[in-house]
Amino acid sequence: MSDGIAITGAKTLPFSFTLPVVGAAGALFGLFAGTAQGATLLGVLGGAAICAALAWAALSLAGVERERAVKWGVIALFALAGLLVGRIAGAIVGALFGWFLGWFIYWIGRGRYRMFLPPYLTAGEVLWHYTFRVICGAVFVFLITPILVVMPLSFNAENFFTFTPEMLAFDPEGYSLKHYRDFFTSADWQQALRNSILIAPVATLLAVSFGTLAAIGLSSEHVPFRQAIMAVLISPMIVPLIISAAGMYFFYSRIGLQGTYLGVVLAHAALGIPFVIITVTATLVGFDRSLTRAAANLGANPVTTFRRVQMPLILPGVISGGLFAFITSFDEVVVVIFVGSANQQTLPWQMFTGLREQISPTILAVATILVCISIALLTTVEILRRRSERLRGMSPG
Amino acid sequence: MSRLSSSGPQTADAPTPEDAFHETATLDDRARGPQRGTEADGPMLAADGTPLKKSLARALRAQKLRALALIAPLLIFVLVTFIAPIADMLFRSVENQIVRDTLPRTSAALATWDAESGDLPPDSAFEALYSDLFLAAEARRHTRLGQRLNYENTGMSSLFRGTGRDVDDFGEANVEMLEDLDDRWEEAEFWISMTSGTGGAAVLDAARERFIRLDDLSTRGPLGDAWCGVKGVFGAPCAVSAEDVDLGFTLSGDFAETFPRTAEAYAEFAVFMAIEEEETVADDEPWEAVYVALDRDLRALSPEELAAYDGPEAEALRAAQAALADVPPVDFRAAFVASDEDWGTVEPWRTIRTYAPPYTTGYFLNAVDMQKTPDGPALRDEDERIYGLLFQRTLFMSLMITFSCILLGYPVAWLLANLPMRTANLLMILVLLPFWTSLLVRTSAWKVMLQQQGVINDVLVWLGLVADDGRLIMINNQFGTIVAMTHILLPFMILPLYSVMQTIPPSYMRAAKSLGATPLTAFRRVYFPQTVPGIGAGSILVFILAIGYYITPEIVGGTTGTFISNRIAYHISSSLNWGLAAALGSILLVVVLVLYWAYDKIVGIDNVKLGG
Repeated sequence: MSDGIAITGAKTLPFSFTLPVVGAAGALFGLFAGTAQGATLLGVLGGAAICAALAWAALSLAGVERERAVKWGVIALFALAGLLVGRIAGAIVGALFGWFLGWFIYWIGRGRYRMFLPPYLTAGEVLWHYTFRVICGAVFVFLITPILVVMPLSFNAENFFTFTPEMLAFDPEGYSLKHYRDFFTSADWQQALRNSILIAPVATLLAVSFGTLAAIGLSSEHVPFRQAIMAVLISPMIVPLIISAAGMYFFYSRIGLQGTYLGVVLAHAALGIPFVIITVTATLVGFDRSLTRAAANLGANPVTTFRRVQMPLILPGVISGGLFAFITSFDEVVVVIFVGSANQQTLPWQMFTGLREQISPTILAVATILVCISIALLTTVEILRRRSERLRGMSPG
Repeated sequence: MSRLSSSGPQTADAPTPEDAFHETATLDDRARGPQRGTEADGPMLAADGTPLKKSLARALRAQKLRALALIAPLLIFVLVTFIAPIADMLFRSVENQIVRDTLPRTSAALATWDAESGDLPPDSAFEALYSDLFLAAEARRHTRLGQRLNYENTGMSSLFRGTGRDVDDFGEANVEMLEDLDDRWEEAEFWISMTSGTGGAAVLDAARERFIRLDDLSTRGPLGDAWCGVKGVFGAPCAVSAEDVDLGFTLSGDFAETFPRTAEAYAEFAVFMAIEEEETVADDEPWEAVYVALDRDLRALSPEELAAYDGPEAEALRAAQAALADVPPVDFRAAFVASDEDWGTVEPWRTIRTYAPPYTTGYFLNAVDMQKTPDGPALRDEDERIYGLLFQRTLFMSLMITFSCILLGYPVAWLLANLPMRTANLLMILVLLPFWTSLLVRTSAWKVMLQQQGVINDVLVWLGLVADDGRLIMINNQFGTIVAMTHILLPFMILPLYSVMQTIPPSYMRAAKSLGATPLTAFRRVYFPQTVPGIGAGSILVFILAIGYYITPEIVGGTTGTFISNRIAYHISSSLNWGLAAALGSILLVVVLVLYWAYDKIVGIDNVKLGG
């Protein structure tokens, strides 16, 4: 486990260990490079030989003192080789590989991989430690890649969902903002954006105002049937969306709300309420009740107490609950498809139809914009949560 | 390293509302303490002289009421906007009023018929079906009924549509006979003068009631007329109430008594004119069914009985009776069979009879691949069973997704819980960003990644691992759905696991190792058992979410990777079999509620963490 402090000294390991390990890594990369060029065996052997030779040269000829120079040299060497094979894209891949190899040679050769590990670990345990890291790294890559891939693709100059050769060659011709232009000029998308902006804040406002009051009520002592009430209020989060959507469709068409703006807003507010309830009750837990008693003691009426004492303290929880409710409504598609009509078509709905019917990279442009909005919201929630904990005197995250 | 005390930012082990509860409870105990002690010395008095106990009880009651008053608006809101729709869906899964509303007389006539005897129903049933179907066809409601019965017995839809077209011409000869006899029979005023009078209000009311039900303008349902009130609040047109329909004439009681069928048919005609056409009987001559009914009534009366009738236009009626003796009575049975020979078989009658009751288990039977047969519910034929397969597939895929999430989430949660705070917080962003990103964005990203010309295939081809013409098919099948949904639900597994792992002191593992356990044994016997609650919580959460997913399977699932929810959506929006959709939804709802209950028992609803 790394504490940031080296607890095992580094020393140059024997070549009988370093060369095969670096050579094996080289063989792995050589395998890919070779297959891509149509000569697998040559790639494997060549990769192993080149990398082992470089490792030997770096550790015995150049030594530790000229580490920096050697690393830059390796980067330059592979960047140049990549440039010859695959132009700019090849050069970038080559430089990245050179950077990795330079670091890897010294990391293995100087035994630096053991630096932050207890000295008593066996070789197997060290190997497992790093294998585990690689597995976790792979999971993180799995989590984040789809979101990252969407972004460059949204700048595609063509109407494809894939990387064109021009894009891979970093040719400016291959990139354009036309999908963003599409988004901002298309009447359909603009209507969808307007609907989303009209629906989400109103639904959030409803959810937050009702939800905060109820959360305050729920947190006071001696509420009868507290469990049952809580179960009812949380249920919109638990019941699968398709069931909520079906029920609302049936019921709202009975009472004439199906296909109306009001119907969609009410439905979204209902879906957002559990989030407000959960975050606000969690905030109220740390709320010191003697503060309201003190306020009452000093002559404040309940409304003033709420406005001047309680509200400022629970505000972070209310806002983050509101953000959850907002994102729920803003991102919601199943219920709006059933409860809304064409006039209430929101952004996610438009994306959904786009994905099902005509596939246009405009969707990816919208996706990129939405990712940026999520990042902004995530940051806000995080800041608010820390502030709330600080205000309530809990451990500052 | 302060791993022990550090509560990570994402799961700041927030005390639950429950805790506040206990806290205040103890406070109260403390407050009551002294009072209890002094009880022996007589009641302690508050400042205003009332016993303290009483005053405290009053204060508590006020507090309780205030809390309830704060909760009430939200509770009502959720009950109206969410719980009522769910209740409505459950109601719809058994509701089956359409047969009784559209064919009330036929249902009544068939009630005494023995469907198992193999005989056709009696003539009265054919006649009842004529009068029911005539009105339904005029109101264009017969196709809806045909569609409904078609779910149970294929062919009913075309049967009803075809016969609905022909039903105008049944008894044509008798109608023409009347019209040829005297031109006045074709005049609206003549009919009004013949039937007008007082005392027949009951017949008119029954006709109003019946037509409103047929036209689905009624306000039935679990909450009955409450709908109407709610509708009114939102400004939607409220249900037509029977009292509001102005028919423009009143029925004579004598006429209704002597010519019951005619009175009923004419009353229905009047209601139809008023509601559907927004006119009155004075604007048009009656439709054929009224003439046919009169024909039946005149034949049922002996000349002596008719001679005793002294209502308006009695002479014309007597002339009509004499003239009708020359033509044969309307043979409804023959007319129906001539329209469609299926009416000459038992099958459609049996279907109508089976589905005549206002509530049915038919939709639920359908949802589990069963159907009603003369010998009770039975499984459908092998090749018609789809829902069992679909439920199985939904369960199987949800389980696969849950396992993949455990497999991928466990190492990551461990890493996050064991890294120093700063690094863990940074890596946490990689978990939270997907969590906060729009579902549609992630689904479209997977479409980009997985399709045949997609990123993964491109990379594999570029690396030479896959030939260009042998690109992998990873989308529009179960694989695509499982991968995409694992990605979407993974944060819901990592976050509960992480919060559990954070509370496990690392010294336990060290202690196990120092006592001689190998790392594997230490993990298996010491660490893993402590994380089981986290795995349980995460698994149930992921499973509940997965089992009801709709959007992602719809986009990346193709035909083999779809869930039961996709079928529900299909029945709502495409096949319009709402009852079946409601039944499937109810089954799914029960499964989810059972899981929710289990989740509540294991983790507690109050402990739902929102990863933010």
